[in-house]
Amino acid sequence: MGIRSFVTTELSLTEFPELGRTDLRNLKKGIDEAFKGFTRNYGEGIEDLFIPLLRFLVWFEKLMLATPWPLMIVILCALVYAGARNWVLVVGTATVLLVAGYLGMWEDMMKTLSIISVSTLICIVFGIPFGIMMSKSNRTQAIVTPILDIMQTVPSFVYLIPIVMLLGIGRVPGLMAVCIYAIPPVVRLTNLGIRLVDKDVLEAADAFGASSRQKLFTVQIPLALPTIFAGINQTIMMALAMVVVAALIGVQGLGGEVLKAVNNQYLALGLFNGIAILSIAIVFDRVSQQFGKRLQKHSEVIHG
Amino acid sequence: MADNSIDVKGLYKIFGSNGKKYIEAVQNGMSKDELNAKHGHVLGLKNINITMPSAKIQVIMGLSGSGKSTMIRHINRLIAPTVGEVMFQGVDVCKMSETDLREFRRHKTAMVFQKFALLPHRTVVKNALYGLELQGIDKKEAEERARHWLQRVGLDGFEDRYPNELSGGMQQRVGLARALTNDADILLMDEAFSALDPLIRTDMQAMLLELQEELHKTVVFITHDLDEALRLGDRIAILRDGAVIQQGTGQEIVLNPADAYIADFVKEVNRGRVIRVDTIMETAENGTATVSIPSGSRLENVAKLLSDSGETLANVVDDKGITIGAVSMRSTIEAMVTPAKH
Repeated sequence: MGIRSFVTTELSLTEFPELGRTDLRNLKKGIDEAFKGFTRNYGEGIEDLFIPLLRFLVWFEKLMLATPWPLMIVILCALVYAGARNWVLVVGTATVLLVAGYLGMWEDMMKTLSIISVSTLICIVFGIPFGIMMSKSNRTQAIVTPILDIMQTVPSFVYLIPIVMLLGIGRVPGLMAVCIYAIPPVVRLTNLGIRLVDKDVLEAADAFGASSRQKLFTVQIPLALPTIFAGINQTIMMALAMVVVAALIGVQGLGGEVLKAVNNQYLALGLFNGIAILSIAIVFDRVSQQFGKRLQKHSEVIHG
Repeated sequence: MADNSIDVKGLYKIFGSNGKKYIEAVQNGMSKDELNAKHGHVLGLKNINITMPSAKIQVIMGLSGSGKSTMIRHINRLIAPTVGEVMFQGVDVCKMSETDLREFRRHKTAMVFQKFALLPHRTVVKNALYGLELQGIDKKEAEERARHWLQRVGLDGFEDRYPNELSGGMQQRVGLARALTNDADILLMDEAFSALDPLIRTDMQAMLLELQEELHKTVVFITHDLDEALRLGDRIAILRDGAVIQQGTGQEIVLNPADAYIADFVKEVNRGRVIRVDTIMETAENGTATVSIPSGSRLENVAKLLSDSGETLANVVDDKGITIGAVSMRSTIEAMVTPAKH
């Protein structure tokens, strides 16, 4: 029959009808060439844009390394206490720092802490305003949500390629990779937190003549703060998860040592540095959670 | 005293994506059900005309779905009408610019909500001064004024608590203090006492009446409870399916219900607490009775006076003490009992 001969000769069901090999090669080459051309023309300019950021990163890292270690431990413990008001956590933090230092990881730990702090800071500074914008308009939300989905699901190695092509390797591309992966939670949860604010309270603010700015600062942000803090907590955790990946493009620190251990099959080195990253993660997590809980103090005592 | 009456004229509200389009059909008599079935729009309010007297309590009464909460939100334009006017001091609230509206809400109105709507992250005093804070009034002065009103509503000692730590009744006192601190001419109360249990509700009603005696604000009070309406309202408007079906004083509504629906409502009312002696008194020849009662007294007070004194007749006297009529035990009791025809 006509149909059978069509199937067997023109369209095989077992072999996918691919683009011709030459065409496929030309397509990939075309994309590569186009991006390389873009890099050649604008790469330097874009790199220059990030020089202030690089300077800040280097300065912050140097500052942390130049601070005498006992003072550093005191500062970090004080920060933990200020955030969590919990002595167990303070003692835990001191122990982690002392043990890590004793095992030769002080410098790497400071480097990791510095890049995590800066990237978290950047995520918060950009993420919260973005979340607020998203909460104000359904259209913005419809546009931003899929972008956030992409940022979280595309394997980080995929966007590392263009970043490295554009900016080379080093701290700035590493920081960008971390931020791309870590910023979505704080944006999402800021948006969610503001959208979940009790409509009755918002109506009351309206009835008393609040401008939209006053509503934002006296009602929406304060009531969304616990949710925003859950987002910041997640952002920190995701930033820490990226330190090993960031090490691939030249970010020094604990992640770099783990990478070295993987490449050379050094079990102990890998374990020590891995546990150090884990400890930082636990401390950050507990401190930000306790802080978030303290923000909700007012809702604790519920009248029966 | 300034005229702070609110004049609602020809107000219609049609909920839906394009309410304006159907306004003519509704004005020509299209019913709520027909509008919903044919065009998917909901008729919220239909030709509302109420003149709310200055410095008096205007009650708007209706069951759920009657449009009473929609109605009160038109006065400070939390909801904008489809057509109609809300006139206050010569200005139509519905035509104000955003900025003017904000100033109007800040300085001329204050609102109390059924679900309190307090700011949970702020202490009681910070809640009470919220309106002043929005106006940009100096912190110290705002706090002083807030504390004054908190004390007036009986919340001394609770200033630094959070709303969550208080009972429902106390939370609504905070809501009332927040509204009073604003010192606005109009006080909007949206089912303010409906969420409270009966004893506390009665307390709050008494407090509102007591405060009103010295404050003389134009109060718009929404309720679904006829007893509450009769107790508080200088004037009452009854809403059903988005339209006003009767308005007048409590006594007028109880004595002359406009239709069977309202008659059904007022059947259970304690008439002795609503009807005034002036309504049933007869112009009497002077000096027949040994006891007298002031004009405007409620029948239950007349009954008590007569039974306490053992008399069957009382003089009704005006505020100068001149006898203007007389009332008998018999007619008092007759008027207090629900007529059989209802």
